[in-house]
Amino acid sequence: MIHAFTYGGGRYVLDVETGSIHMPDEESYKVLEELERTEAQGGDINAALRGGGEIADELLELKRAGLLFSAPDKDTPMPENVIKAMCLHLAHDCDLRCAYCFAKGGAFAGKRELMSAETAKAAIDFVINISGARRNIEIDFFGGEPLLNFSVLKKTVSYARSKEKQSGKHFRFTVTTNAYGITDEMIKYLNRQMDNVVVSIDGRQHVHDAVRKTAGGAGSYERVAENAYKLLAGRQGEYYVRGTFTANNLDFSRDVLHLADLGYSGVSIEPVVTAGANAIKEEHLPAVFAEYETLAAEYARRRKEGAGFTFFHFMVDLNAGPCKLKRIRGCGAGTEYVAVSPAGDIYPCHQFVSRPEYKIGSVFKKGLDGAITRRFEQCNINNISECQRCWAKYYCSGGCAAANFNINNDIFVPYKIGCAMQKKRLEIALAVAAAEQAEEI
Amino acid sequence: MKHIKTVVKGSLKDNKEKTGCGECQTSCQSACKTSCTLANQRCDKKYR
Repeated sequence: MIHAFTYGGGRYVLDVETGSIHMPDEESYKVLEELERTEAQGGDINAALRGGGEIADELLELKRAGLLFSAPDKDTPMPENVIKAMCLHLAHDCDLRCAYCFAKGGAFAGKRELMSAETAKAAIDFVINISGARRNIEIDFFGGEPLLNFSVLKKTVSYARSKEKQSGKHFRFTVTTNAYGITDEMIKYLNRQMDNVVVSIDGRQHVHDAVRKTAGGAGSYERVAENAYKLLAGRQGEYYVRGTFTANNLDFSRDVLHLADLGYSGVSIEPVVTAGANAIKEEHLPAVFAEYETLAAEYARRRKEGAGFTFFHFMVDLNAGPCKLKRIRGCGAGTEYVAVSPAGDIYPCHQFVSRPEYKIGSVFKKGLDGAITRRFEQCNINNISECQRCWAKYYCSGGCAAANFNINNDIFVPYKIGCAMQKKRLEIALAVAAAEQAEEI
Repeated sequence: MKHIKTVVKGSLKDNKEKTGCGECQTSCQSACKTSCTLANQRCDKKYR
């Protein structure tokens, strides 16, 4: 399968099965566009190219070299899935009440509660026991707002570290915080202990304050911006400032650039996934696509001038990205990654927490519900028919099961608007990276 | 070649049986949390 696309005046063709990227001239691009349609209709590429002259000869040569029109693998052996990443919901409570929150103001569908140290320690024991030969174990402190339960966060880190030598595991910690109530003590601790820090900010003040409000209804931007800067300005480790855009700020490139202009090097702004008033709808897509292009032009310009930043959705490593098996398996929800509620109940991921039909276990019991985990195991690009025919399958890996469920009530039915935005972002990411690489050749 | 320039020689087919070690970062632990994005993750082995 191939995919021919243009971006920023450049022409590109992706060989889907190998990840090879070529830059054709105008004449051969037209031929490749036609051949992409031929492939989609099940036509014979060799027959289409036979006796086709100079361009056809070049394309056949690339085909023979395994760099174009590569066939899918007949059988990819999938290794056993092992749980090795855990999202700990330290607090089902929050000091903000964001309009689009999938956790419904931090409480999810249940009562406001904090995880106890005993439950958190049981979760660490659980993941040590279930992770088999995996050495690297990831723990994400999440909520609600996890810093509302900072003492348990610290106890959990200490406990996990105390178990590393004996268990042969290495723990990597992430915290996802709104930074609203962060203190100097917390900042010092988190920058010492967390491998990754994710801070939620939506961009410009009026955009942020319109949706990210306190329980009393006031905007949170000023305090969050000040705290985030204190947390991240001197940070040595990985971090992202991460926001959400909605139908009310389709000019979101300004929010990304606002965050970059504040000096942050790792920025992510994601489309909201909701069916409510803030939802991105099909009629918004042309504006969203144009906005991604506007952002990409400035993104590429800054990178070229050596003043670049990282935009999460434009990152793509053409030479050392994830292996094919990871790309087939996807995010690993329910198979490599699980979320734990304050009570110790286990769910396939943070977005399924508090949905009783998706409870797959408890940190106080051994093992997980096989029927549900098998369903998540099956939910990969080899088994979702839309994905099998999609050129982007090895880059988005089937999308987000929770988004599919939230919009279509079925983890196997792709969220179409999400797919459309993902494909646009990927074309840009591939084009920007390929163009940069082409300059080096 | 006159009409087409190869920029990346992809190796996705070659590495299918050699990897899948599972030691790399889970995508939702990076920054996403609402939209699966795999291709921007990196292979721990290749960066080690």
